[in-house]
Amino acid sequence: MSTEGSASKPIVNEMKPFLRASAFALVTALSCGQAFAGKADDTVHTAFTKELESVDFYYQSAREGTILSRHIWDGLVYRDPKTGEYSGNLAESWTWVDDMTLEFKLREGITFHNGEPFDADDVVHTITFITDPENKVVTPSYSNWMKSAEKIDQYTVRIHTERPFPAALEYLSSLIPIYPNEYYAEGGPTAMGLKPVGTGPYMVESLEPGKHYVLKKFDGYKGPKTKAEIGTIDIRTIPDINTQMAELLSGGIDFVWGVPTDQAEQLTTMDQFVVANEATMRIGYITMDAAARGGENPFTKKEVRQAVGYAIDRQAIVDNLLKGSSEVVHAACYPTQFGCTDDVMKYEYNPEKAKELLAAAGYPNGFETEFYAYRNRPYAEAMMAYLADVGIKANLNYLKYSALRDLQKNGGGGFGFLTWGSNSLGDMSAITSLFFEMGDQDFARDEEVSNWLKEGDTSVKDEVRLEAYGKALKKIAEEAYWIPTFSYNANYVFTKEVDYKPTPDEIVRFFDMKWN
Amino acid sequence: MLAFTLKRLGLAVLVTLTVSVISFSLLHLSGNPAAALAGENATPADLEAITRQYGFDRPLPVQYADWLWNALHGDFGQSYYFKLPVSSLIADRLSVTMTLGVCAICFALFTAVPLGVAAAVRPNSIIDRTALFLSVAGQAMPSFWFGLVLIVLFSIKMRLLPPSGSASWQHFIMPTIVLGYYAMPAIMRLTRAGMMEVLNADYIRTAHAKGAGAGRVLFKHALRNAIVPVVSLAAVQMGFMLGGSIVVEAIFALHGAGYLAWESISRHDLPTVQALILIFSCFYIVFTFLSDLANAWLDPRIRVG
Repeated sequence: MSTEGSASKPIVNEMKPFLRASAFALVTALSCGQAFAGKADDTVHTAFTKELESVDFYYQSAREGTILSRHIWDGLVYRDPKTGEYSGNLAESWTWVDDMTLEFKLREGITFHNGEPFDADDVVHTITFITDPENKVVTPSYSNWMKSAEKIDQYTVRIHTERPFPAALEYLSSLIPIYPNEYYAEGGPTAMGLKPVGTGPYMVESLEPGKHYVLKKFDGYKGPKTKAEIGTIDIRTIPDINTQMAELLSGGIDFVWGVPTDQAEQLTTMDQFVVANEATMRIGYITMDAAARGGENPFTKKEVRQAVGYAIDRQAIVDNLLKGSSEVVHAACYPTQFGCTDDVMKYEYNPEKAKELLAAAGYPNGFETEFYAYRNRPYAEAMMAYLADVGIKANLNYLKYSALRDLQKNGGGGFGFLTWGSNSLGDMSAITSLFFEMGDQDFARDEEVSNWLKEGDTSVKDEVRLEAYGKALKKIAEEAYWIPTFSYNANYVFTKEVDYKPTPDEIVRFFDMKWN
Repeated sequence: MLAFTLKRLGLAVLVTLTVSVISFSLLHLSGNPAAALAGENATPADLEAITRQYGFDRPLPVQYADWLWNALHGDFGQSYYFKLPVSSLIADRLSVTMTLGVCAICFALFTAVPLGVAAAVRPNSIIDRTALFLSVAGQAMPSFWFGLVLIVLFSIKMRLLPPSGSASWQHFIMPTIVLGYYAMPAIMRLTRAGMMEVLNADYIRTAHAKGAGAGRVLFKHALRNAIVPVVSLAAVQMGFMLGGSIVVEAIFALHGAGYLAWESISRHDLPTVQALILIFSCFYIVFTFLSDLANAWLDPRIRVG
């Protein structure tokens, strides 16, 4: 689920930042005291930046798709975005029968938007469909931890996992919406993409693929999410953020998010808007080729990797560039994820120490190296300036994400600034395990770390997981395989008529929105 | 004439094929299509699964031949990204682009040609200077900036026009001006240069001498000759507008074919990109052909030649 920017950044955003900024300044300078529509017709007008490939959750990989899915469908389990606690959603309760079997008692009396009643058949059909490789879901890892689903009776179902999978509830609450079996069996992903049917608080009234979505409040909603108050949500795809701003200022839309910091700051001076800033689960990190996958290089030496940590003033980058709710991150995970701990070695800004370490590693005059990045060029450039101060001359290679990913798969691009959003999953297996278990983006290749992580991934006992993950994170920090940089944040701007509090998982919940 | 047309047609097919082979290769060389399809959060296992499912592990010539075979049978395949038939996807987007392109070229021609004629009739006058200023400004101003300025004026300040979308004819006014203005300077300068040259020709003096009216001389005798290169230029500009109105489509959220092409490239949506390239190259060929016909009608010497 890529967020702002990502691999397919609109062309306009890549052009002449100065002119863009001044155009926006002109927009804000000229407009004041506008009147807005929205509350009068009980409709929140908003915009997506990205053209969504399909509304069928399993056939897309965008945050916009996740947002729609939370409104149209429900999962078996619900995770409260504020407390992080799990409660029943389509399921009433659940028990682990053994390490690899999870039994759910389903809620009775729930119907889909098309009137189809919900029961065990829907769960079994959905899981059977998405775990079948023939059906080519876009992100198989969302579902391939499940082996099968078995109907016990009309309102009891068992999920058998491929291996002990402690993050099951997290995945079930975030990534596995349940579809109506009869409708899906008949129309498949095409029908679901064009006329989605779920049990969620909003139903789709109309949609034009990639362009326009109109959601209507579902009066029959019975789940744990807030019952929607706002009647209609009208979402148009507007790729350029400046145009979104123009629509906001001219009253065409009421709510935007992902607003760049400089623009959000200007909007705070305008009375008619609320500017809210909230953290996201995305963190940045500097990866280094400790395992020499791309050939012999200075980063195989621990002192050099640590020197990189000491050389960069991450706090200054947060204070001056990211701002908002962003924070410096020390461990290779997002702080609120299960298993993540801050109790690791920290690299405070200390350029003198960095120089000493470089000298100790045999580079008293520093060295020259290639540096890779795919988003937030200013952040990457700030890091390069700090590195230059201690003698590491980094040449920037700014690539498309898919190209960088491909390069790393083959052992290249070993020194770079990258980011990861964990699919908004609150479990550190969604980040640390992905990058340190000998996968194609693992440049540490540390067997000990990999084994600890695997132990944490496959135990259903919390204390075992915490201990194993803790050891892995400590070693990653001490060896400086990664220098985690900072967490990201997102700006939400909306008219004063709307009452909304964003959540740290960067998922907009229109059912939590109210009129003031 | 027939042999000439057939030869040109054969050449056009070769050009189209070459363009599609090159674009196919470039798209594959610029990154792993599986990585683009899977999105930013895909695990290595996801990538491997997609590589197998879509057959990206097959040799490139085999993949190309496969696509070509289907395309020749009228099947452009399914968009990797939208999971919809490419033909219906493009048909949907092309209507917006065509509307915009036709409006913009008309706007450009109907403003640039009269201005160019006026500038040529009164060289170094205030009209000529204004025309020069307009054309310099048109070339110098990036279209995204001009688009935003129009939005600020007409949508935010005056509340006259909607800033984005394509629901009504009003939505097309600002994009037409922005896109048309970009094409205007070249047409205007060419009209002016052509007219200046023609107005000094002997036959124009003769026309004046035999007592033909000023308007008749200007439009019937002079413009008809001066406009020949303008028609060729307008055809190329039209082709550009249909394929290259990416920025304007993005700013005004028009969801046209140009923007679809741009986005499809970064998404590695190969079937869509290939089909669009084919269509855009056909546009260029058709417009060039039409401009040849128009020129032959305007200038009998071309017909004979």
